[in-house]
Formats: sequence, structure tokens, C-alpha cells
Amino acid sequence: MEKDMERRLYADTGAPEGSPVVNPDPRTLGDSSNIQLFNEQLKLLNSGLTEEDRLNFCDTPPEVIKPFRGHWENFLNWARSESLWILGFGTGCGAIELRPLMTSRFDMYQYGIQPRPTPRQSSIFVIGGYASVKTMKRIVRSYEQMQGPKFVLGLGSCTINGGMYYDSYNTVNRLDHYIPVDVYIAGCMPRPEALLAGLMELKTIIKEGRGEGANKYAENFEWYKANQKRIIKDWNMPDYNW
Amino acid sequence: MVEKGCANLFTRSQKHINDNPKLPPIVNGRAKYNLESGKYLKIWQGPQHPGITGNMSLELTVCGDEIVDCKTHVGYLHRGFEKLMERRKYMQCFPIVCRIAVPEPDFNEYLFAATVEELAGIEAPERALWIRTLNLEMARLASFFMWLGGQSGSFGMNTQGQWTVTMRDYILDRFEELSGGRIYHMYMIPGGVRADLPSGFENRLLDTLKTCEKCLDDVELTMFNNSIFKKRSKGLGIIHPDIVDEFGITGPNARAAGFKRDLRKDEPYLKYDQLDFEIITGIDSDAYTRARVRLQEMYQSIDLIRQILAKMPKTGSFFTKLPNVLHWNIPEGQIYKKAECTRGEYGYYLRSDGSDKPRRIYVRGPSYTHAVSLMERLCIGGNISDTAGLMVSLHTYPPEVER
Amino acid sequence: MNIELYKNLENSFGVTSLEVKNRNQSYIRVKKEMAVPLITHLKLVESYKHLSFFTIIDQIEKGEFELLYMLHSYSRNHDLGIIVSIERHETDMESIHHLWPAAETYQRELREMFGVEFPDSPGLYENFCLEGWEGIPPMRREFDTKRYSEDTFYKRPGRETNDPAKYMKEKIYPSEAETW
Repeated sequence: MEKDMERRLYADTGAPEGSPVVNPDPRTLGDSSNIQLFNEQLKLLNSGLTEEDRLNFCDTPPEVIKPFRGHWENFLNWARSESLWILGFGTGCGAIELRPLMTSRFDMYQYGIQPRPTPRQSSIFVIGGYASVKTMKRIVRSYEQMQGPKFVLGLGSCTINGGMYYDSYNTVNRLDHYIPVDVYIAGCMPRPEALLAGLMELKTIIKEGRGEGANKYAENFEWYKANQKRIIKDWNMPDYNW
Repeated sequence: MVEKGCANLFTRSQKHINDNPKLPPIVNGRAKYNLESGKYLKIWQGPQHPGITGNMSLELTVCGDEIVDCKTHVGYLHRGFEKLMERRKYMQCFPIVCRIAVPEPDFNEYLFAATVEELAGIEAPERALWIRTLNLEMARLASFFMWLGGQSGSFGMNTQGQWTVTMRDYILDRFEELSGGRIYHMYMIPGGVRADLPSGFENRLLDTLKTCEKCLDDVELTMFNNSIFKKRSKGLGIIHPDIVDEFGITGPNARAAGFKRDLRKDEPYLKYDQLDFEIITGIDSDAYTRARVRLQEMYQSIDLIRQILAKMPKTGSFFTKLPNVLHWNIPEGQIYKKAECTRGEYGYYLRSDGSDKPRRIYVRGPSYTHAVSLMERLCIGGNISDTAGLMVSLHTYPPEVER
Repeated sequence: MNIELYKNLENSFGVTSLEVKNRNQSYIRVKKEMAVPLITHLKLVESYKHLSFFTIIDQIEKGEFELLYMLHSYSRNHDLGIIVSIERHETDMESIHHLWPAAETYQRELREMFGVEFPDSPGLYENFCLEGWEGIPPMRREFDTKRYSEDTFYKRPGRETNDPAKYMKEKIYPSEAETW
């Protein structure tokens, strides 16, 4: 039944028949079967919320939005890549290097990059280093509130494999198991120049049409949710925050 | 007795609330109100908010735009350093301690090195102590520059932030020459420092100081004489002298309330007893006075760095040879070391049980009390738009709260 | 700490085992029942007005927690650490939030990290650093953080962790290691 539901879901969103929808990780497969996300109408259950609150929140899962074809998409990608607006959420110590980056010495405004205070206006989320479990909840929430196409930049070694905190009980080791990441920047702490290089790399990726993080998130929604719910114990927010 | 005292000490908020009958009464320093009356609204400021220092959040209850209650939520940056250090050897702890406080990691390095040296009975050579003093003063200056940008930005002035963050970058360049790292230096190793000063370092540092001093003059002219800054910061967040000890307030926040307390003077560590400086204090104890005290301390830091460079021995060894650090057992014992960082008393408590791993390391960050219990009280009676400025004026820094 | 004050405290509060570290720092031990009266006395009478920090050291071998109250006196320029041992399975301790309002934060953290309860301390059961934590409190010695991390989070393949002493001996400095 689970399999059926998946197929129906992805048939709706236009994924090709038989495509791997779930990352084949045996540990997560076992977990995702325990978590019930959808009801019969393929609406989100929002099981973390109370009856009253459920009426206030959306119960539609994210959808894959297919890119346009040809030059129009190229034009859009060019526009997207030249106006990267960073969400002003300093999630970790990496945020300290954003300050020099946005002031006169490294001046990221010249590349069309600027910080924005709200998720609705921003297109790029810089995860500044280690994400503790408590912050991960807020990261997920902010990430889902951002409008697609959206991109994620993992800053520092601790987003890649845990870095210095590989054995800490409170920091996630691999960020890309919880939200899709487009570019990683290694180092502890990466220099502003490295950050700029990473942002330029991201621009190239977007221009080539590979910045499909939001669609990846929608495609593998269940897998991401299972991973997130595995670490975030008191899930008292909607399953998809939009 | 004390509880009653506390409630009456928040003079500004108390007076304000007495003047305004619409606001709820304050009992034990906390407002008493009924959220369901429809008069009050709960809003969250942070963690995803530009007006928050670092990654923390304030849960504000407001009536109109007056804050009637505030609750701080911290813990977004908890990495469990104290647990991690319990399962690392002493030398493996050394690279991770500096990650606890990002704007001035050197205090962590110094205090960790000092506690380990004290228990192990190692003495760092004379020149290493001077280099450490130099390093700590540079870190203080850099951190103050970062704060200055935040303080001006939180009151809507972005120009000074552009200048001061660049000045901080110039100091970080000197750090990079010294240690190879911009933010995390990992420079003060137990037994001394990791490397000697590079040739020509003194002159380049003096040049940087000259630039910084000029920038500070400009900032004083444009920020501290600015009517917007004066209007918004005067009378904001008054810390009554009587609550300074109740809340464990240290550093510039206490000095701005008139207390002559500076660990560099009271319990001189490193080479501070050979340097000539005065403790800077203020009277009014509001955000403006705290900013003034910090600005003067920046001038003082510049002066101290010049003194250090002049008095420092030019040659000599900078490192004591350690025993094999992979099998380095520290004798049993306990020690608490503290230093005066930009925010107040920074301390390390180390308990060793004779093995090669620490039994317990406790890190006392000054923001622990400033950001949580004090901030909760000072917010009350204020305005929503002033919380960011108030928070920066306390110089709160979340990672040292939760570690 | 001058010896007069210690004798005084010994007579009235049963303080034991004075450990003088240096001119500015000493540690004393006291029984659980006398701890809060002693601290109140030190604060109100003996000018130890500043609570530097308050923490716990887990002595799992002895089956007890050591509570450490670090007080500071500005007039004496002296740090006084007061060590109180409590049983590991009877983790109730009197609260000191009435002396220092800032102490409620410490107690909140210790409740979460060690599972030591401080009845009547305000906001004791609110989350401090962790959210929805299940199982033993993480700062206790028996909690294995590496194992927890391996069980909970996903490892990126390719990362190896070695014992530094063995690894350096075998791989990096085999010849130097002989002489150590």
C-alpha cells in the first residue's frame, strides 16, 4: 500500500515511472515506513498539530515544478543567478564571516548578492556551520517557507561530515540528509574569499540549470521528512510549512 | 528579602508602568497579565531575525508596542563542548576550545592553556607571556570593532558598520600573519605560543593601529554625537547598581554602572601588572554609557598594544618543551582561571583526575547571565524597536551561553 | 582565604577539607544540608556577593555528584569554591534562586544536562539547550556521545577516526615514536 501511494504521488507530480524516489539507504527505509505522512486523499496528516491548528496550516505536499525549455529557461536562470538574496539567518559560527562579506572590504553587493530579513524574499540559504538539532527544526521551517527556486550553501566542514563535532550528540553530521544542498564550502572557518568562490560556483550551477534543490526536495519529500522526524523529537509544526 | 528588592530595582520600567495604567503590574520583576484578555500579543523575535545577536530568540509579550514580558530562548548553538572535551586528550581539546566564542576565540585558548599549565606545573617563557598579552589585547580590539558595527546597525546607522567591520578585518590580517588563521587562531598552546612573531610584524601592527585610531575618531564624531543615537540609547536598559551582583554582571556592563572592577587590574594575569592603564567607568549605566565605556576601552586597547610592543623582550624562546602530548597525564587537581574579555569575566574551570583526559571543564561565559536572566528583565517596559539595540548594548553572545 | 574565616565556618557550618590553590582561590567542602545556609551566610555577611558559576562534576566511581558553587568576593579579591556531594540516585538539591536571580538559569541547565532537580526554582522544566530529549541526560558520564551520534545521525562514508597515539606511531613518525 505504501508503495502504491508513493507511485500515485509521484505520478501526479510527473516523475517517470519506476524512478528511484527514495535514496536507497537501508537505515532510513526502515524508518520511513513507520512515519505516516499522508492520508487517503494524499493530503498531509500534520500529526504534530492539534485539531484546531490543522485548519490553519496547509496540507498540500510540495510539488515538482518542471523547468521551461530552451532560451526562456536560460534567461530565467541568468536572472536568478545574478540576484541571489541571502536569508539573514546566522545558524552557526559561519555567520561571522558574512559580516565582512557584506561590508566594504569584500562587498558582495557587487555580485548581486544581498541579505534579506525574511524567507519569502530570499532565494539562497547559507547554513553557517554546524546545525544543532534545535536549529535544524528552524532551518527546515525557514527553508520550506522560501520561494522556489531556492538554493542552499553549506558553509564549513561541519555541514559536510560533522567536522570537529562528528561525535557530538546535538549536531547533525550530514546536512544533505535533511535539506538538499547545492554547494559545500569546506574549511573551519572558510574565508570570505572561499565564500565568494562558492557563490560564484553556485552561479555557474544555476546558469547550467542544475540548481534544482527545491524540486529534489519535492521529489524526495518523504525521505527528507523521515530523516528530519528521526532527529527532531517534538515535532509540533506542520509537516510542510508554506 | 532579595526577591522584593529585585522587583523594585528596575526603576525605569517600574516608573514607566506606574505612569501608564494600561500596562500590567510587575510582581517579582515579572509582569502579571492574562494573555486571553485580548489586550496582549505574543510575538517571537528570532532566531531567524536580523535584530538578534547571533542565533537566539526572544519571546515577547506586547501591549501595543510596549513589551510587558520577555522570555529568552537559547540553546540553538549547543554543541556539547564540555562533553566532547571529556572524551578527548588534552592536546585534542586545544583545537576545539577556540570554537566556543567566535569573535574573540583567544580567551578560550589562553584560559585553557593557563589552566592546563597550572595543573601540570609548566611555566611558559617570558616572551610567550608577552605575546599572549598582545594577542588578547588584539582580540579585544577586534571584538569591540565587531560590536561597534552591531550597535550602530541596530539603531539604523549602517555607515559605521561598514567602517568598523573593515577595521576588524585589518586586525584579523595581523592575526593571520601571526597564526595562519583569520577567525580561529589556535595559537596559544599549553607551554607557550605556537610560533614567533614574523619579521616586521610590529611595524605593520602599529600601522594598523594608526588606521584604527583614525576610524575610531570618525566613529566618535558621527555616531556618538549623532542625535538619533543619543535619543535612542540614552535611558535605554538602565542597570541599577544594586542588581549588578544579583545578576552576576561583569565587564563593561558593570563598569558603566560605576563599579571599578577589571580583572586585568584586580587580579593581574599575564603581563598586565607591568602595563599602565586605568579602569574606565561610567555613571548613568544606560546603553549610551555602556557604548561610551566600550569606545574608551578601544582607545585603551590601542594604547595597551603600543605599550606591549614597546616593553616586550625582542628575543627569547616562545615555547617550553612539553612531554609527549599523546601520553600526557595531568596530575589530579582543580583550578579556576579567569580573564577580562570584552563582555566581562571569562573563566575556565578544570578538574583533572590524573588521566590523559580532563574530568570536567566548565566554561563560564559572561553572556550567560547577561543574555538570559538580565535581558529578560531589562526588556520589560521597553519598546519592540529598542530590543535589538538593548541586546547589542549588553554585548550578548549566544555560543558562550550554551557552548 | 584567611584561616580565621575558615575556623569560623568550620565551627558554625561544619566545613571541611580546605584546599588553598593560591592567594586568590580556595575550595571547601560542606554537607548537603548545610550548603545553602553556608552560601547565604557567605553572601550576606562575608561579602561573597558574586556567583561566578555553578556547576556539577560527575563522580560516577563514587556514585555521587559534586556540586560546585564558585563565589567571588570583590572586597577580598577571593574566589571560594564550595563543593557539595550528593548521591547520584537522590538528585534533589535546595535551590539558590532566591539569593541570585541569575542562578535559575544555571539550575535550569543542570536539570537538563545532569538530571539534578532543584525544587521551586522558576522555569526549571523549560527547555534550555535540548528539545524533546529522551533518555539519560547527556552530561552524565555514562552517556556515550559518540555512540549516540553514530546511532542518530548519518555518517558520510570516508571519514576515519584513529587513536592519535597509535596512528602517529604506526603511520606518521615511526622512527621518532621509538624514542618516546
